[in-house]
Amino acid sequence: MITLAIGLSIVLLLVILFLLFRIGTLASIFRGSSQRAVGTTKTSNKVNSILMLLFLIVGGAIFAWSFADAWDDMNQPVASVHGGWTDSLFWTTMIVIGIVFVITQILLFWYSYKYQHKDEKRAYYYPHNNKLEIVWTMIPAVVMALLVFAGWQTWSNITSAAPSDAVVVEVMGKQFSWLVRYPGPDGKLGEANVNLIDATNEIGVDFSDPNAMDDFMPREIHVPKGKPVLLKIRSRDVIHSVFLPHFRVKMDAVPGMPTKFWFVPTKTTEEVRTETGNPDFNFELACTEICGRGHFAMRFILVVDEPEEYEEWLASQTPFIEQNPQLLSKFTQDSKDQVVLEKSAEEVKTEL
Amino acid sequence: MSSTDISLNKDVHHAHDEHDHHHDQNFFEKYIFSQDHKVIAKQFLFAGIFWGFIGGFLSIIFRLQLGWPEATFTFLEPILGGWIVNGKLDPEFYLALVTMHGTIMVFFVLTAGLSGTFSNFLIPLQIGARDMASGFMNMLSFWIFFLASVVMFWSLFLETGPAGGGWTVYPPLSALPQAISGSKGGMTMWLISMALFIASQLLGGVNYITTVINLRTKGMSMTKLPLTIWAFFLTAILGLLSFPVLLSAALLLIFDRSFGTSFFLSDIYIAGEALANTGGSAILFQHLFWFLGHPEVYIVILPTFGIVSEVIATNARKPIFGYRAMIGSMLGISVLSFVVWAHHMFVTGMNPFLGSVFMFLTLIIAVPSAVKVFNWIATLWRGNIRFTTAMLYAIAFVSLFISGGLTGIILGNSALDIQLHDTYFVIAHFHLVMGAAAFFGMFCGIYHWFPKMFGRMMDEKLGALHFWLTFLSAYLVFMPMHYIGIAGFPRRYYSWTGFDAFNTFTDLNSFISIAAILGFTAQLIFLFNFVYSIFKGRRATANPWHSNTLEWTTPVNPGHGNWPGEIPTVYRWPYDYSKPGAAEDYIPQNVPYSQTQSSNLPYERELE
Repeated sequence: MITLAIGLSIVLLLVILFLLFRIGTLASIFRGSSQRAVGTTKTSNKVNSILMLLFLIVGGAIFAWSFADAWDDMNQPVASVHGGWTDSLFWTTMIVIGIVFVITQILLFWYSYKYQHKDEKRAYYYPHNNKLEIVWTMIPAVVMALLVFAGWQTWSNITSAAPSDAVVVEVMGKQFSWLVRYPGPDGKLGEANVNLIDATNEIGVDFSDPNAMDDFMPREIHVPKGKPVLLKIRSRDVIHSVFLPHFRVKMDAVPGMPTKFWFVPTKTTEEVRTETGNPDFNFELACTEICGRGHFAMRFILVVDEPEEYEEWLASQTPFIEQNPQLLSKFTQDSKDQVVLEKSAEEVKTEL
Repeated sequence: MSSTDISLNKDVHHAHDEHDHHHDQNFFEKYIFSQDHKVIAKQFLFAGIFWGFIGGFLSIIFRLQLGWPEATFTFLEPILGGWIVNGKLDPEFYLALVTMHGTIMVFFVLTAGLSGTFSNFLIPLQIGARDMASGFMNMLSFWIFFLASVVMFWSLFLETGPAGGGWTVYPPLSALPQAISGSKGGMTMWLISMALFIASQLLGGVNYITTVINLRTKGMSMTKLPLTIWAFFLTAILGLLSFPVLLSAALLLIFDRSFGTSFFLSDIYIAGEALANTGGSAILFQHLFWFLGHPEVYIVILPTFGIVSEVIATNARKPIFGYRAMIGSMLGISVLSFVVWAHHMFVTGMNPFLGSVFMFLTLIIAVPSAVKVFNWIATLWRGNIRFTTAMLYAIAFVSLFISGGLTGIILGNSALDIQLHDTYFVIAHFHLVMGAAAFFGMFCGIYHWFPKMFGRMMDEKLGALHFWLTFLSAYLVFMPMHYIGIAGFPRRYYSWTGFDAFNTFTDLNSFISIAAILGFTAQLIFLFNFVYSIFKGRRATANPWHSNTLEWTTPVNPGHGNWPGEIPTVYRWPYDYSKPGAAEDYIPQNVPYSQTQSSNLPYERELE
């Protein structure tokens, strides 16, 4: 019954709107405005040109207000060295394009208003001016050259080779969570192979490799403040993307193609908690490459410690294989020899 | 009006009577399997509008989810059936929605609907040709597109859902049915549909290029072409060179999916087993995809450059400022569009040096784009602007193009792209610059050439209402997305509430959704105006906008062959508006200089 009533009232509304439309059309015929060329009637030009001006002024004001209003929410705390660089480059570029934005939009809408049709007026025949064209080709070209240069410098610094003393963390994406592995005291990650993956050994670590014996897989990423951190990124199924919004870090995790990204954290989790006044603040790791049903839920916590705390945390970790000794039975002496053999073959290859 | 009637009554049995056998055409030949470019253009237009509504509706459904993530949508059950579980949208269906929204809008509306309509309609009419170089290929182009549409539409109703891996269909997600249910039958149909679509585009493109090169009327040199034709011509070249690359990517993906090859697959463990595929490169697909994908955004936007230039000049009653600079900038953009694709891939682990090269090439595009904007604004300066609905759309196009284009300078910078890649900043950027702007260009074209297509006028008041509501909602939807993007909100997220970092902006997201619903509803005004005006609109005159280009020299309802008599000869460029000394404020292209002695410029005296 209610559906019927709603349906009827919608029909009624549409009929009324249609009648209004017809009345408007007939009225314009009686007024004779339909005899004039379209776009030359006084009212339509007045209304539309004033709306253009209003759009500029009111729209501009609302934009400015909403931008200021959203300011705190849109600026995520920044907690890495290169994050400072990219943020300042971002806002510098924003100012440059902001100036262009304001000037061009004002001219566009102001001219639309000012040069609205008048019967007695005639437009100014002005087909070209090469000097003007050269000027407004050169100015953007120079600005772009500067921006390219600044961007290139920042980009080269960010993507330069990681320092050799960097803390290495392996991050592996899977549907729909992250797997994290640390190399342990020896500083070397053991070999891994997709064919070795099972329900326990989710990364597919080859435990016949001696380097793998001290690798550990924590439930949270811990990194020390002020030290370079090198993320070695892999995926075991589809493409994911490691996104650490507060560190301005993003790098795809691609199956079959390891990637990497290094950064230097500048604030501990505790420091950001004090800074933002939010005692529950955590650095988060999110996925930014569509990867399926759970794409939006691949959350992982990253903790930045003071270096001493980090060492304590490191010492408290137990190697994965000690927690799951039953895995060792899968790796016989044969396969251990195989790894040694492959290693030596690889060395020969690199020497060649 | 009377002059048109006279020309209609002229002897129709002229030299080109091979085009005049439309008398004995039956219904099918005339309206269904027509080889007349004007009918084919309308077919593309109707198909484009149909797809536009489907694509828009899909976006409304996912905006409901994003605007009110905690709400239940039981009222959608009648149309969505099993995709709504206890009032909650299925997350995989959400991904299918964004995928299909993107695919439909980019390819079916803004490529086929836009180029298909206006290249087909305007190329022969504006260059002075009786039809396309090959009417048959042209017909084939539409019907293959129609097949592609049927396949894509069908895939919406599969039980496992349509493709769901994003419109960019990156493997392995799109290659492995275990990864997402959209990669089952839906993805197969997506690939078949796209293969057909590409064939249709190539047939169309070859035709556009050939027609522009070979069939221009007497006097119509390349430098007397309206900017629309230049734009369609370059668009067709871009399509012809880049779509085959997408076809190759699609074919390789088909092989990977169905025949066990490993072009894009390597080292994968999924659904409890390690796959045998090895040695493939998932990134290779992205290179192939974006080699088309980036020119594709110019395939979408270039035609609207042409349409908007034409409409702004006509309605500002001024020559387009810097005609040659406009052509030059379009040429520059077209060339550059082929060497910037990897700016979509800065954070894929690509060699950082390549990143710098692509950043450099990408930011160069800002220069010709800026030139275009300045020229449009200079065209408005000291004009005598008629606010027709088409003109409103043209001005708004420039505004949206500026707003969206400027943020491209940020995203093209690889260092800044690290944080902003795949966030709502990107969504805001490309929806403004190639989504909303291209739609505005399309509306601009529809309102402007409707009288030539259907012999009647669209209602200007409804047009203005449609315009203001659409313009307002376009900005209200996409401007706030920048804030969300700067905060780092990732795209293609079903909900952000799981993250502390993305737990803000809930009100803003509801606001965006309301604005989106407003914008979609406003399109119903357009639909009514469009359909009503086809049958009941005010009858058009032959040249209602007092425009210079050749299509307005045809009868109100041009028949097969376009001009009943001789094809007019062209003497001048298309932008002689408000020329000092001329009687009217426009001089059509087919008026010889000998008839306009009072307004001829010194160097034109010799041409008298």
